[in-house]
Amino acid sequence: MSGVLAVGGTNTDFVTEETIYWILFVISVGAALAMILVRRAVHCAIMLAVVMLCLATFYAMQGAPFLAFVQIIVYTGAVLMLFLFVLMLIGISSEDSIVETIKGQRLAAGLASIGLLVLLALVIGHAAIGPAAPPSADNGTNNLPGLSQLIFTTYVFPFEVTGALLITAAVGAMVLAHRERTSPRPTQRELAARRVATGHLAPDPSPGVYALHDAADRPALLPDGSTSPLSVSSALSPRAPDETPRFVPPEETLQITAEEAGREIEGAEQ
Amino acid sequence: MSPVHYLAISVILFVIGAVGVLVRRNAIVIFMCIELMLNACNLAFVAFARQHGNLNGQVIAFFVMVVAAAEVVVGLAILMAIYRARRSASVDDANLLKY
Repeated sequence: MSGVLAVGGTNTDFVTEETIYWILFVISVGAALAMILVRRAVHCAIMLAVVMLCLATFYAMQGAPFLAFVQIIVYTGAVLMLFLFVLMLIGISSEDSIVETIKGQRLAAGLASIGLLVLLALVIGHAAIGPAAPPSADNGTNNLPGLSQLIFTTYVFPFEVTGALLITAAVGAMVLAHRERTSPRPTQRELAARRVATGHLAPDPSPGVYALHDAADRPALLPDGSTSPLSVSSALSPRAPDETPRFVPPEETLQITAEEAGREIEGAEQ
Repeated sequence: MSPVHYLAISVILFVIGAVGVLVRRNAIVIFMCIELMLNACNLAFVAFARQHGNLNGQVIAFFVMVVAAAEVVVGLAILMAIYRARRSASVDDANLLKY
């Protein structure tokens, strides 16, 4: 493989290319079939990545090293990541339903695809496709300079048009993904008024703190009603040694009996 | 290896992609199948470029990649807009214009 890449298709070792070709043939066709057969969209994306990596190797074998790397960077890197991002937004567990909404659609699709396959196979079989041209510098060291020369001379107008297309696509994607606000954003005053109206001024108690006390230096209650000194951070008491200690030792905290705890829970729930 | 070998796998991948477009319901998977078809075409372009011994086919494949990237961006944005409005990515659920 590395030899194929290094010489850019100028290798004369046909056994190597043939071996790689058949291995990749099996992998890519199998992955493509699995892609249309698995039900989860994420698995489809992974199978598509396998096919695209195989295609990149095919490009490298045919003396197109630049396209091979562009295939990996643009397709396997960017496009598939975009697919996965949208999958995450839409729901990772989205599965296809296997219910046929149009009667006989699968059968018709299968017949049509067999027809397409036969048609294309006949076209290729009947066309007089000659052997590959002998590898030149275009397939090796001159690949990138030759491509850039073509793009910026013969194909400079299509190149500019694709630039415009990319900008239009980016703007279009932003317009389509933009969400208009249907209600005005609440101001800080409205937020404060809403907070006072609920009667819950302070933030929610931190985990482990009994629900009636919001302070972080109050120990949590254990199931038997006693307090747990472990639930208070040890950083709370030595932080300000000059002031009165904010940490209340567990012995001095009110020992809440089970009934009181139950009442407190009821009060918290109301 | 003659270009026919590469054309053969290009045809196979193209047909598999077409089947996927026809039978799958999830719009994202349909997009992936379209990408597979475009990639198969690219492989045919590269095979013919090798057969003719010049780089024109590779340039065309390069342009196909650029256009495919732009198409994916816009298509996925449309998909997200539809999903936001209808809470579904299935192509069967987007039937407002049917009747």
